[in-house]
Amino acid sequence: MARSSRAGAGETRIVLENCGRIDPESLKDAVAAGAYKAIGTALGRGTPPAEVTAEVKRSGLRGRGGAGFPTGVKWSFTAPGDVKYIVCNADEGEPGTFKDRLILEGDPHRVLEGVLLAGYAVGASKGYVYIRGEYNLSIRRVQKAIDDARANGYLGHSVLGSTFGFDIEVKKGAGAYVCGDETALIESLEGKRGYPRIKPPYPGSVGLWGKPTVVNNVETLANVPPIVSRGADWFKGFGTEKSPGTKVYTIIGQVRKPGAVEAEMGTSLRTLVEGFGGGVRRGKPFKGALVGGAAGAFVAADALDVAMDFDALKEHSAVLGSGAVLVLDDSTSIVGVLQEILRFFRHETCGQCVPCRLGTTQLTEIIDRIAGGAGSSEDVELLRSVAAMMRDTSLCPLGQSPIVPIASALDRFGDEFAARIGQGAPAGQR
Amino acid sequence: MKTLFEKHPRSKESLLDILHELQDADPKHYLSDEALRAAAEHVGVSIAEVVSTATFYTMYSRRPRGLHTVRLCESPPCHLAGAEKLLEALAQHLGIEVGGTTSDGVITLETSSCLGLCAEAPAMMVDDRVYGKLTKEKALGILAELRRNDGTK
Repeated sequence: MARSSRAGAGETRIVLENCGRIDPESLKDAVAAGAYKAIGTALGRGTPPAEVTAEVKRSGLRGRGGAGFPTGVKWSFTAPGDVKYIVCNADEGEPGTFKDRLILEGDPHRVLEGVLLAGYAVGASKGYVYIRGEYNLSIRRVQKAIDDARANGYLGHSVLGSTFGFDIEVKKGAGAYVCGDETALIESLEGKRGYPRIKPPYPGSVGLWGKPTVVNNVETLANVPPIVSRGADWFKGFGTEKSPGTKVYTIIGQVRKPGAVEAEMGTSLRTLVEGFGGGVRRGKPFKGALVGGAAGAFVAADALDVAMDFDALKEHSAVLGSGAVLVLDDSTSIVGVLQEILRFFRHETCGQCVPCRLGTTQLTEIIDRIAGGAGSSEDVELLRSVAAMMRDTSLCPLGQSPIVPIASALDRFGDEFAARIGQGAPAGQR
Repeated sequence: MKTLFEKHPRSKESLLDILHELQDADPKHYLSDEALRAAAEHVGVSIAEVVSTATFYTMYSRRPRGLHTVRLCESPPCHLAGAEKLLEALAQHLGIEVGGTTSDGVITLETSSCLGLCAEAPAMMVDDRVYGKLTKEKALGILAELRRNDGTK
């Protein structure tokens, strides 16, 4: 992971600031770099938990898993109760995304401190880090970090000698994209099939084992310690007014220098692709990009100067999602990429609700017909209407998502679909 | 098997961990009926509930696997980098389809929806090791190495 290990020129690092600079398996290194300072200060001064939540709220930090919901607000929605849980969602499965892996592998104590602070803020005493089963190194390093933190008083019945008790456990997933949904993840933690729950109630009131639970993404939690120790105003000095801070973007596909970069929220797509990514490979023209993973949107060259944050992309009928940018050159068929995306959804539908279970299969049948040159113009419209039906009737974000890549592909690259109607697949493409 | 269970609480919360460990402990890296029965007994739920969980997740197999499991990533980014041709080449070389095991019982070929190695596409996992920037030659070389180390060829 060469490029992600040290900050590159022009990067602004907050969550990755220690990655590549400390030995991720050394608690001593992490502490020397400032780990557990924020929680230590809060406990030492007896900062009221509500003040921690208020600071995170004031910072404007928004969930980095894709939805962009304000983190402090989510915390403040946690229902009262004696038993509460914090769950760190490390079930990173969005195609094109590996930012959470880099954080977990590079600075596991940062994530643990984020979980601790969340636990202190909402009054929880137990946390889980649910890591996808394929991330062996992440699992090993987080487990070691927990063991070391526990042995040195950062975790346990009395954190740093205070009256605050908190422990963290690693849970290993077993391969299911849908578990990235917070309620499916909770079901999986309970040992069941990862079927998303009907919301409401939200996990903040009825979560793990029926108790109030906060589920936050890895990158979100990794932002919390610096916000608590350096303050909301410092954090708001980065990014945009409505999307403060930085984002770990992954720039991949047909680009010269694929990799992850941490840059301020609102960095333009052009800076990511041409600056950090070194431009399109082999000097080919930029055709477009899939932004936000499989659940993301296709954008064309007219989006190059759009700011890559939650709101600006929304105005451009796109989504930031996980921050993945799959760069496509002019030799790539959008129909072919969409076909792979729809196959992905067909494989990953959990099968619980009918619209998604049947819809994902129908979508692949339709796109296969179109890609194979056997499709009709009705098929193109059918893609959109089936996906719209799924958006309106599916239980969770998985079934609600295919409309995003489908509508954006049809709206921005409609001519490619039209060209496939009633013809064989063009030679050399797919 | 007793020692495997000892460290896990008798609660359904432990089920995914227990299934992972039972599968790892089996020489054929799969979940046998016997393993599922033992898990159900330890956790204190019906066998139906354990089967329900075990059959949901891609990483668990109810069919015996080979000594090594090769999982090629077929995410859209890996596809852009030629994963489809690579999969064909591996399947042809091994003489099996996806999900199959070579007749000598050494290699099982599977796919993954995304391994999170998108900057090194195309990528694959062999057991718990990851490999990126694959070419056909590199991937076949890795398979050959597996066979050499097992002394089967």
